Amino acid sequence: MTAEVGTGTAKVPLVSYLHLTPAPHLVAQECTSCRARYFDRRNACAACPGTEFRAVDVDTEGTVRTFSIVFMAAPGVKVPFVPAIVDCDGTQVRANIINVPADPEHVHVGLPVRLAVYSLGTDSVGAEAIGFGFEPIKQED
Amino acid sequence: MSADSVWVLGIHMTKFGKHKDKDLTDLGSEAILGALADGGVTMSQMQVMACGNLIAAGTGLGQQVQKQVGQFGIPVYNVSNACATGATALRTVIMAIKAGEADMGVAVGVEKLSGAGLLAGGSRAESGGSWQPQGRYGAVAPLDGLVGTETMPGVFAQVGLEYEHEYGGTSAKLFAQISEKNHFHSTLNPLAAYQKRFSLDEILNDIMISYPNTRPMCSANTDGAAAAIIVSGEKLATLDPEQRRRAVKISASVLTTDPYEEGCQVLPNVNTLTRNAAKTAYEQAGVSPADLNLVELHDCFATAELVHYDNLMLCEPGGAVDFFESGAPWRDGRLPVNVSGGLQSKGHPIGATGVANVYEVATHLRGEAGPRQIEGARVGLAHVIGLGSACGIHVLEKSAV
Repeated sequence: MTAEVGTGTAKVPLVSYLHLTPAPHLVAQECTSCRARYFDRRNACAACPGTEFRAVDVDTEGTVRTFSIVFMAAPGVKVPFVPAIVDCDGTQVRANIINVPADPEHVHVGLPVRLAVYSLGTDSVGAEAIGFGFEPIKQED
Repeated sequence: MSADSVWVLGIHMTKFGKHKDKDLTDLGSEAILGALADGGVTMSQMQVMACGNLIAAGTGLGQQVQKQVGQFGIPVYNVSNACATGATALRTVIMAIKAGEADMGVAVGVEKLSGAGLLAGGSRAESGGSWQPQGRYGAVAPLDGLVGTETMPGVFAQVGLEYEHEYGGTSAKLFAQISEKNHFHSTLNPLAAYQKRFSLDEILNDIMISYPNTRPMCSANTDGAAAAIIVSGEKLATLDPEQRRRAVKISASVLTTDPYEEGCQVLPNVNTLTRNAAKTAYEQAGVSPADLNLVELHDCFATAELVHYDNLMLCEPGGAVDFFESGAPWRDGRLPVNVSGGLQSKGHPIGATGVANVYEVATHLRGEAGPRQIEGARVGLAHVIGLGSACGIHVLEKSAV
């Protein structure tokens, strides 16, 4: 777990593979034998007999490989939201597309996006949880 | 001695829908008693049994059903394998017969899902109080909804739009048309949970569950059961001519899981394991996709049906949109798909589904499908996929007798 003390508030990433410093980025566990990449705690590699992994930074920009717009979800889940798979230079990442209207006019496959973080709120001991998603990269005219 | 061929001797499914006054044991018993009667045999002749159920897995359901229909001390395998549970039960009995441990057995799949709502999603409760990392991702909050979706409609919507990413040519309207086809087909199936035709506009304008899947484009949570009596070729040869005439040959039975590929643990890859299963099934059966007269495939969502046209090689790679737009998968088309109404309209009682699709194919091959009969059907394929993942395929052929 990465935590930093910035302006007096401890920041806690939503998941351990989100690193907040020096700039927010995702860190995959890469098999040292076959280079298969994972985001969860590993027991071994699913693609080869390897059991050793190294931490590798994942590109913070990518394109939307696929998405949906969820209108009906479990209780407590805010809808609508845009779940997606983002292709970050060959590494597939699961994330929501954020900072964009949740409609098919604004989200499409192939959309260029970049990592973005946001606050999930502060807990009872004053720690702020930081979530992540991907937002469209604005095309400047 | 291993069996040289394996056959469906008897098969039965209950009506799918709401069965408020029947429990799992009632439904399972009804399916088994129906299949035994259909095959002209009794429970005392069964040497092996498999019982597929997902939601009540771990309750010894197979034994509970035996206590109603016949306790003869035979082995029961209670199996659970996501939406491939029914196919797994069927294949368990097939393997026992192929191995020569039994010459006749029964597979039953049963589920009660009416009113179940969304399946999966919300897998972890709010931690409440403080942000404490938990689980394999060190998550401090439930990830469903914050990091993508765990709901089935959302996952399979992404499966469909990934096809758009690969090949293009899809649209929300195209996916809705697939659903329109299956709902139309169900109007001829008295065992379907819903037998209502929907217009394209009605489907497109219904409640959006997970874009592009609206409510009628999602599989229907229903109650139901299906059972099959499986027999070896050697045993079948000793039975009556009428039993032999109605027997349906199982020329392929395959179960696969998803092999590792980049991204497969991020979004389940439902394609490769289906393609692998299909390849093996066609080889086992000695048939090609062009030989098929009907297909029951796992249309858990309209978006899923499209990709399985391709995965089952019913079209050229990348040709699923053209295949659908040619009219091929409609019941009067070149290769009818889901003439039962499919999971979207017939319903999807998970444990029963992988036996019920074999029921549908077998009934056409026997020429007993009534108004929905696909004339002259000789070869058919039944496919299911369960996320996680597991894919079951059975290829069936009409008896030569």
